[in-house]
Amino acid sequence: MKKKLFVLALIAAMTCMMFASCGGGGEGASDETGKVYYLNFKPEQDEQWQTLAAEYTEETGVPVTVVTAASGEYETTLMSEMGKDEAPTLFQVNGPVGLANWKDSCYDLAGTDVYGQLTSDAYALKDGDKVDGIAYVIESYGIITNKALLEKAGYTVDDIKSFDDLKKVAEDITARSDELGFSAFTSAGMDGSSDWRFKTHLANLPIYFEYQDDGIESTDAIKGTYLDNYKAIWDLYINNSTCDPKELANKTGDDARNEFTSGEAVFYQNGSWEWGGVVGDGLLAEDDVTMIPIYIGAGDEASQGLCTGTENYWCVNSNASEADIQATLDFMNWCVTSKEGTEAMANDMGFTIPFKAAVESNNGFVKQDIANTDAGLTPVSWNFTTMPSEEWKNGVGEALTAYAADQTDANWDAVKAAFVDGWATEYALANEG
Amino acid sequence: MDKALKKYAPIFVIPTTAAFIIGFVIPFIEGLYLSFCRFTTVSNAKWVGFDNFKYALTDADFRQSFVFTVSFAVVSIILINVGGLGLALLLTRKLRGTNIFRTIFFMPNLIGGIVLGYIWQILINCILSNAGKPLLALNSTAGYWGLIILMCWQQIGYMMIIYIAGLQNVPDDILEAAAIDGASPVKTFFRVKLPMIMPSITICVFLTLTNSFKLFDQNLALTAGAPKHSTEMLALNIYNTFYARAGMQWKGYGQSKAVIFCILVIVISMIQLRATRSREVQA
Repeated sequence: MKKKLFVLALIAAMTCMMFASCGGGGEGASDETGKVYYLNFKPEQDEQWQTLAAEYTEETGVPVTVVTAASGEYETTLMSEMGKDEAPTLFQVNGPVGLANWKDSCYDLAGTDVYGQLTSDAYALKDGDKVDGIAYVIESYGIITNKALLEKAGYTVDDIKSFDDLKKVAEDITARSDELGFSAFTSAGMDGSSDWRFKTHLANLPIYFEYQDDGIESTDAIKGTYLDNYKAIWDLYINNSTCDPKELANKTGDDARNEFTSGEAVFYQNGSWEWGGVVGDGLLAEDDVTMIPIYIGAGDEASQGLCTGTENYWCVNSNASEADIQATLDFMNWCVTSKEGTEAMANDMGFTIPFKAAVESNNGFVKQDIANTDAGLTPVSWNFTTMPSEEWKNGVGEALTAYAADQTDANWDAVKAAFVDGWATEYALANEG
Repeated sequence: MDKALKKYAPIFVIPTTAAFIIGFVIPFIEGLYLSFCRFTTVSNAKWVGFDNFKYALTDADFRQSFVFTVSFAVVSIILINVGGLGLALLLTRKLRGTNIFRTIFFMPNLIGGIVLGYIWQILINCILSNAGKPLLALNSTAGYWGLIILMCWQQIGYMMIIYIAGLQNVPDDILEAAAIDGASPVKTFFRVKLPMIMPSITICVFLTLTNSFKLFDQNLALTAGAPKHSTEMLALNIYNTFYARAGMQWKGYGQSKAVIFCILVIVISMIQLRATRSREVQA
């Protein structure tokens, strides 16, 4: 009996030790100085963040952990990480809708140094007077254009200043595609790796013009005033592309990029983050690509710029210890003010950051956006952050795919229904209770 | 010897029990608790009573995915078990190359569900595209049969191995007695072999049943529920409830669906176990 008790005690002791060694890591030494745990949203820049974090630790001695969630898995990763004792001190939300889940965990950034560095209040994500998040990168998207191919077809980007011009050029290229050896548009793939370009980014344009008309910034019920324009540009994309519109359901983001870099198409709708994917060794020459605005035949096209905005907001976890919050704020401030930080963000990550000390980025699309703004064009803002839910985007995406495969009025009505009625339903569902 | 075993039993039992409690019992109870709460992370849960269950039971998509799951389960259980048993019968006949065939048929089971899903998506889309039919994303019939073909391809080999083991355990003297009594091969199969392999059938039906109900990876990769949630199975529906919309209430809804789902799977598999067990016989 005694022996049995002894054995039991031994096991108990061993089990305790096992847990102690699991849970005990990370505490101790750094309690006074605080530490930073950044859950990064952008897999493309993971390596650069790791380097920057190491540099900061070397300089200040404050430990910085950067973890990057896999593409499309940010919300799931964030949810499980936030439940832990060692939760992220710095995390991201994608805008007002994404904030809904996390606003109780957001530290009020009003009055902090890093907030004071913002170039405009428009880049802060506010809930009343409380500053829940601040944008740390500004991106642009439009139609990436292969200038060399466009010239081969007998045009230059200066010939495209409106939707009608774009339509004329695209349809001319399609008519002569056998002789030219390339198509107007890359495949508008509706696979999960690519459909966001249309169900989210392209859908931003009708939403933007409607908001402009009504003078609002978000809505609980979209009217769909510019859906005919949305149809016109979608028709143009799918009927002047490298593949049969019936095949679109299966086309991926890589397909479109490969078609563009191998010179099979002139136009490719995507954003400034794609710079490294289309320009470089074995890809296209820097001088051969540029980005033009997405014209849909609405608003004042002569002064329309690229779609420029952000869906990357930094939030500080209010549940972290005071020392950790301070350490995180210091780290953020260092990233956007120090020479190392700003240079790394501009050159290594290719970001334009909305902070006073920003260094000019070497990203050609970003430069194009700045040049456009200097020339007096008005950038189109990103309103897709007000889309009521992922479910809404999926509904529109599926309807677009169905319409592409079979271009009937009935199928377009389904797109309209998903867009307008879906918005109201999803808005109600997301904001109930 | 017996005494020594008894004395040291705790050493062998406690680690597993501890792991079971930590890895299953505690999370299960916490999950049950969370299904009555609104929450974003497990630490900020707020009690709301039966609201979540009310939503889950009135959600049309959830009911639709239940119907889809059941119709998938029925067809795939029959096809997989008939296919597995058929192959097992062929491959216990001492044909040449039996081992090679067994290995080949078993191999699909070693590939992960996500990978399989994407491979079959490419294959099926290719066929549909050549036939001029709408692709998987727009074609719920193709999605349904695609899932069944995929699961058959993956699971028949595994069930075959279990059936082979069962068939090899049928005593030769009984078969010989049947032969001497003049039973035809068909009769031998239905009257002698089938009752003798009832334990294998129990286990195979149980595995295919629970696998079909819990199916997630293959569903996500092959169709992701498209078009319009019509090929969405229960597990994927729960996942989508969790992540498709922002707002705290959705986590609770998803959690309550998960609890309903869990109870459902337990009840159905219990009924099945009881039904097939009662037919098992001893040699």
